[in-house]
Formats: sequence, structure tokens, C-alpha cells
Amino acid sequence: MADSNVKVLGTWASPFAMRVRIALHLKSVGYEYVEENLLEAKSELLLKSNPVHKKVPVLFLGDKPVCESLIIVHYIDEVWTSVPSILPSDPYDRAESRFWAAYVDDKFFPALRRVLVSTEEDRKAAMAELLEGVVLLEEAFRKLSKGKAFFGGDNLGYVDLAVGSLLAWIKVIEKFTETEALSEAKTPSLAAWADCFSSHAAVKDVFPNVDKLADFGLKLRAKFSKAAAAAAATTTTTD
Amino acid sequence: MEGEVVLLDFWPSMFGMRTRIALAEKQIKYEYREEDLRNKSALLLQMNPVHKKIPVLIHNGKPICESLIQVQYIDEVWNDRAPLLPPNPYQRATARFWADFVDKKIYDLGGKLWRTKGEEQEAAKKELIECLKLLEGQLGDNPYFGGKDFGFLDVALVPFYCWFYTYEKFGRFSIEAECPKLIAWAKRCMQKESVAKSLADQEKIYDFVLHLKKALGIE
Repeated sequence: MADSNVKVLGTWASPFAMRVRIALHLKSVGYEYVEENLLEAKSELLLKSNPVHKKVPVLFLGDKPVCESLIIVHYIDEVWTSVPSILPSDPYDRAESRFWAAYVDDKFFPALRRVLVSTEEDRKAAMAELLEGVVLLEEAFRKLSKGKAFFGGDNLGYVDLAVGSLLAWIKVIEKFTETEALSEAKTPSLAAWADCFSSHAAVKDVFPNVDKLADFGLKLRAKFSKAAAAAAATTTTTD
Repeated sequence: MEGEVVLLDFWPSMFGMRTRIALAEKQIKYEYREEDLRNKSALLLQMNPVHKKIPVLIHNGKPICESLIQVQYIDEVWNDRAPLLPPNPYQRATARFWADFVDKKIYDLGGKLWRTKGEEQEAAKKELIECLKLLEGQLGDNPYFGGKDFGFLDVALVPFYCWFYTYEKFGRFSIEAECPKLIAWAKRCMQKESVAKSLADQEKIYDFVLHLKKALGIE
């Protein structure tokens, strides 16, 4: 039962689009979902609504677009003010949540991406960096959850969305590298949380199938290597 | 009632300047502590173990890291005066979007202007001008990015104004020639005490960068 006023432009593989959809589910807001095909040319709608970055997700309320997943989640939290609130109410807790979400986007996600596109020789170093990040997130979870099931406490919160949306890709990397990133032995809190997160009512319908995502990951790798090789070929001809 | 407020900072940092401006806008008394980034204090490392970077805002002993997060924190705690984010959610999202754009683009592009030469420098200059024009477009006919009032995006961008002189000298161009409205906006902001007192002197920044280049062995 979509609220005809709300639309999300995203892709099934995008963790960032996933954040937006989970947020809308948490607020019980219906929406129209429009799938953008990432392996083909960008749609008119995408280019028009996000001319600056040309990326998904884009949220539309009426015809007004909002871009950047974490900004969209803030926006959703501020428009639909019924419980549950996605960000905490205390300013210090909010700052702490924002810090960890920013960490995910500024450091953790790039590390994850580096593993995905890495060559044989880079992979070990890239994976080591990712695993350091996992350790930090395990500590952050223990601090923020205060013994409860989620980063947000009893309910899914801002940091849950920020980190949880990457879980499927983490599983893909575990598959590719045959290494465990999250495990009961090394990251018990995160391992338990990961199960709670992916099975949550607001999450499970948008959590990508890991095998399908792994196939897509291979296609992305191929696309990336091709582009990197082409760029290397052109730069070696200039001074 | 304010509690104890400490700012760990480094005088040329545009990011630190944002927090200084926000604190000044709210007229909050705080202790400013200068960090030597080649010899980071135990306090800095303790308060920001993840990134080990300034600025760090410490309120009643608890750290808040990342400049835009600090500005929002200050706005939310001292919410009885000089609001920085507007009340309307869509306007807030717009302000956050462009502040995020400043973070994603301006610092790195500006840095390339003094760190690189030749084609790389030219490409950075071209892109920086495009980004500044995009930002300038957001002003419209308003005196500030916040509309009638100085706000969040103004705070996020104006510290770069004291670095423009350095960018212009290394890049051999005039930002005012490319973006006259933006410079008019920056000068308008500099009329505010909170901004004038928080930004560093542009010539001192230039000297600092000259010394930094030598120290880093960049020609």
C-alpha cells in the first residue's frame, strides 16, 4: 500500500538504497520502488534528480529529491516523527551514532570496496584493513548497544542501518576470500547482531541474496579491472 | 550550565574553524588547545583513537569528533540561540547535502592545487572552479546559504575562504573572477565577529603551506 507521494530510486545490490528502504519500513511508510540498472547507462530520472553525484539512492517526497543515504535517513526520521525514532534523542548519543555511521562511509566501506576490486597481491593487505575495521565495529557495538540486541538498543537505529546494510557484501567478500570477517570466535557481538539484523522484519525483504550478490560482485570486478587496465594504458602514453 | 568545553585544534584547519565559528555563534566559553600535529598530545589520542585527528570537541570530559558532527551537536545542545540548521526537514537535508559536498570535494581539490603541478594541478583547478560555481548557484538571491540568516552550510564552507588566497597563488587564478557572488558572500560572512575571529589570516596560511611543502619535500 504505497503512499503515492513517496518514491525510492535504488538498486537491489546497493547497501545505500537498502538503508533508505529499511528506514521507510521502520516508519511504516509505503513507497513506490524504482529499480535502476547499475550495469547499464544511468536513467534520465537518476541524472535529473541527482545531477551532482548521479548515484542511487534518491528519495522523492512528491517531486522533491533527497540524495545521500545518511542524509535521507535523517530526513525520514525528521518527517515521520512517530516512534520508533531512528536516531537517538540525546545530543551526545546522536553525535556518537553520527560518528560511527560516518566511519562506515569514510573508512569501512572504502576498505570493503578495495578488497572487492583488489588484485591477488593487494588482497591480503586490503583484507587486513577491513578486519581492523571489524574489530573497531565490534567495540563500538558493545559500547552503543548497552547489552541490547542492536546498536540502537532495543530497536534498529541509525548505526544498525549504516553497518547492517553492508552485511551482504561482507558475506560476499567472505565467500571470495574464504576468510571469516565476522565470527562467533573473534567478533561474538557482531556475529549475533548480524543474525538479528538480517532477520528483522524491516530488513529481510530487502536483504540481497548472497549468491546473487556474489555473481554481481564478479561482474563489478570485471568492469573495474577493464576500466583500470584502460586507464593504465592511456596514462603510460603521457609523460 | 554550559559545563566544561575544550577544543583540540590546529590553527590552519578549516575543519577546526567550523567548530570555532559554531561555538562563537552560540557565545559559548571554551578552552582552546593548540595541537602540534607532528607530536599529538596524549589527550588527542585518547579522545579520538579512531582517527587521531583534530578538531576534537570535549564537553564535560566526553569527546565529539568530526567537524560537521560537532557543529550539529553544538546546535542541538545550545538550541536556545542562533540556530544553525533550519526547522524545515527538506531545508535541513539540502544544507546537509551541500555541506557533505564541500567535504567530499573542496579540501582534496584545494590540496591538489598546492601539492601538484602540471596536468594534475590544472585538472584540479578546473574541477574546483566547477564545484565553487555549483555552490555559488545555491546562494540564489540570498545573503547567506541559510537564507536570510547565517546557517549550517555557511559555517561548513566559509573557513575555506582564508585558504582561497593560497589556492589562487599556486593555481595562478582568481576565484573572485570565476565566482564573484561567492566572494561577496564570504566578505559578508567576514563582517560577522564569529567568522572574523575564527578564520586564520590568509597570508599566514600561505606561509604555512610554503613551509609545509618544504618539510614534505614537495617542489
